[in-house]
Amino acid sequence: MAGFLARRLLNYAVLVVVAASLAYLLAATALDPRSNYADRTPKPPPAVVDAQLSALNLNDKTPLMQRYATWASGVLHGDFGKSVGGATVNDDLRRRMGVTFRLVVLGLLFGSLLGVLVGALAAVKQYGWFDRLSTALSFVVLAVPVVVLANMLILVAAWANEHVFGSSVLLVSGEYSVGLTAGFWGQLLDRLQHLVLPTISLSLGLTAVFSRYQRNMMLDVLGADFVRTARAKGLSRRRALTRHALRTALIPVVTYFAFTFGALLVGATFTEKIFGWHGLGEQLINSIFSNDVNTVAAISLLAAVSVLCASLASDLLRAALDPRVRA
Amino acid sequence: MMTLSEEELAEELSDGGLTRAPSRVRVVSGRFFSSRQGQIGFAVLTLMFVLAFAGPLFGRWTYTDKDFTAFMQPPSASHWFGTLQTGSDVYAVTLRGMQKSLVVGLLAALVSTALSAVVGAFAGYFLGWTDRALSWLTDLLLVLPAFLILAIMSPLFGAGQWPLFVIMLALFLWMVTSKIVRGMTISVKEREFIQAARYMGVSPVRIIFRHVIPNLSSLLIVDATLNVSSAILTETSLSYFGLGIQPPDVSFGTLIADGSRTAVYAPWTFWFVAGLLVVTVLAVNLVGDALRDAFDPSASRKVRR
Repeated sequence: MAGFLARRLLNYAVLVVVAASLAYLLAATALDPRSNYADRTPKPPPAVVDAQLSALNLNDKTPLMQRYATWASGVLHGDFGKSVGGATVNDDLRRRMGVTFRLVVLGLLFGSLLGVLVGALAAVKQYGWFDRLSTALSFVVLAVPVVVLANMLILVAAWANEHVFGSSVLLVSGEYSVGLTAGFWGQLLDRLQHLVLPTISLSLGLTAVFSRYQRNMMLDVLGADFVRTARAKGLSRRRALTRHALRTALIPVVTYFAFTFGALLVGATFTEKIFGWHGLGEQLINSIFSNDVNTVAAISLLAAVSVLCASLASDLLRAALDPRVRA
Repeated sequence: MMTLSEEELAEELSDGGLTRAPSRVRVVSGRFFSSRQGQIGFAVLTLMFVLAFAGPLFGRWTYTDKDFTAFMQPPSASHWFGTLQTGSDVYAVTLRGMQKSLVVGLLAALVSTALSAVVGAFAGYFLGWTDRALSWLTDLLLVLPAFLILAIMSPLFGAGQWPLFVIMLALFLWMVTSKIVRGMTISVKEREFIQAARYMGVSPVRIIFRHVIPNLSSLLIVDATLNVSSAILTETSLSYFGLGIQPPDVSFGTLIADGSRTAVYAPWTFWFVAGLLVVTVLAVNLVGDALRDAFDPSASRKVRR
C-alpha cells in the first residue's frame, strides 16, 4: 500500500509540474499584457512600457523560456509573481482561496451525499415512483448547464422574494451584505442567506450524476450473493443494505469522484462569476480578460493541485472501503 | 437501403431455404425505435434540427434585421418570440444561435470521438512505450480542467475563427473514451480474426483501422452522441463568458448571456433560448441512452454517465 501511494504521489507531482508549466506557457503566449500599457491614452513611450513589463516579468520581448525560468524559480520559492497591475498575486489569491474553498466543499458535501442517498433509495425500490421521478429529474438536470441553472435560480429567487416571502430572504449577489450591523447570529444568518443559492447551483448537477451512478451500482450489488448471505445470517434488511450493499456499491462511485472534481471546479467558476463571489474562479475569468498572465498561471496551478488531491483522496477512500486494494 | 431489384434478389435467395440473419443495423434500429426514450429523443431532436435550419425561412425577420419600431417588445404576431433591446427579432436570432450551437456540437463530437478511437486503439494495440506515452498524455489532459485551457486560449479565437474553436473543444473531450477504447482494444486484439490478419501480414495500422476500430463501433457511436451534448454545454458556458463564439456570430451561450441581463423585466429574452437549449441537450442525451441500450440490451442496467 505504501509503495502504491508513493508511486502515485510521484506520478502526481510530475503531472502537476507539467500541467502548471503548460498553463504558464499557454497563458504567456495567448495573452497580451503589453496592450494593457501600450494602449493607454496618452500613449506612453515604448521604453517606459518595456521597463514596466520587464519589472513584472511580462515583457514579450524577453524570450519565452527566460520568462518561464524566472516564473518557475519564483514559484519554487512560493512566490507567484506580480499581477499585471503590479500587486502581488499571492496576497490576492490567499484572500480568494477561502471563498472558493468554502463553496466547493459545501457543494461537494451536499452534492455527493444527496446524490448517493437518492441513488441508493431509488435502487432499493427499482421502478417505484421515487426511482422514476429521480431518473426523470436527473435527466433534466443533466441537460441544464450551470450558467443557465444559476440564472434560473436568480430569477426564481427574485420571484419568490417578491411573491412568497414578501421580503428579501434569498440573496443573490456577493457572499455577505456590506455594512450590515447585526450581532454574530445576524451575520451568520446573512451569510447563510447568501450561501443557499450558490450551493444549490453547484451541487444540483453533482447530485444528478452521483445518483445515476449510485443507483446503477446499487442495482448490480443488490442481487449479489453476499447480500443474500447477510440476510440469511439474520441481519435486518436495513442493516444488510447499509453495511454490505451500500458499502460495496460506493467503491466505483468513489473512483468516479476524482473525475467529477475537475467539473466541480469549473462549475464553481461559473457560480462565483454569476453570483458575484470574489473567489478564484471569478478571478480566473477576470484575469484572462485583463491579460494577467501570472494570476492565470497561479490559478491553473492551484486547480491542477486540487484535482490531484481529489484523486489522491479518492484512492485513499477506495482503499478504506475495499480491502482488496489495501492488500 | 436496398433497391427494389436487390430486394427481389434477396427474396429469391431466401426462398431457396436460406434463412437470412437480420442485419445488425435493422436489429439495433428496431430496438432503438421500440423504446420510448428513443422515440421521444429522436422525434424531439429531428424537430429541433428542422426548427433550426428550416425555421428561419418562415420568420419575417432575419437575424441581422433590426426593427427600429419595436425595442424590448413582448412576443406578438410580428415578433413571435419578442424583440431585444437592439430591436433584433428573438425568434430569428435564437434560431441562428441554435444552428451555430448544433453545428459546433456535432463537429466537435465527431472530431473528439475520432481522436479518442485512434489514440485509444494505438495505445491498446501497440502497448509498451506507445501506450505509456499516450496514456500519460491522456492523464495530463484529464488533470487540467478543459475549461481552463480553452479559456486561456480564447484570445486566439477571434471573430469568424469558430472552426479553430471546434477543434480546441474536441481536443478536450476525448480522454475518458480513449481510456475505455484502450481497454477494449487490448481484449479485441487477442481475438482470432485479428490474429489471423496479423499472421497474414496485414500491417498494424491497417489492422487498427479495418478491424479494431470497426469492432468498437457501438461504443463509439454512443459516445459520439453523448459528446454532442457535452460539446454543446461546454460551448454554451464558454460563450456565455465571452470566451467562445465571438460576435457578430451568435450561439446559445452569447444569447443566454445577453438574455440573463434583461430576464427580470423581459423574460422572453432568456426563457425561449434557455428552454430550447435544455430541450436539445435532453433530446441528445435520450437518444444516446436509448442507443446504448439498443446496442447492448444486457448493459441497460450497467453504468451510465
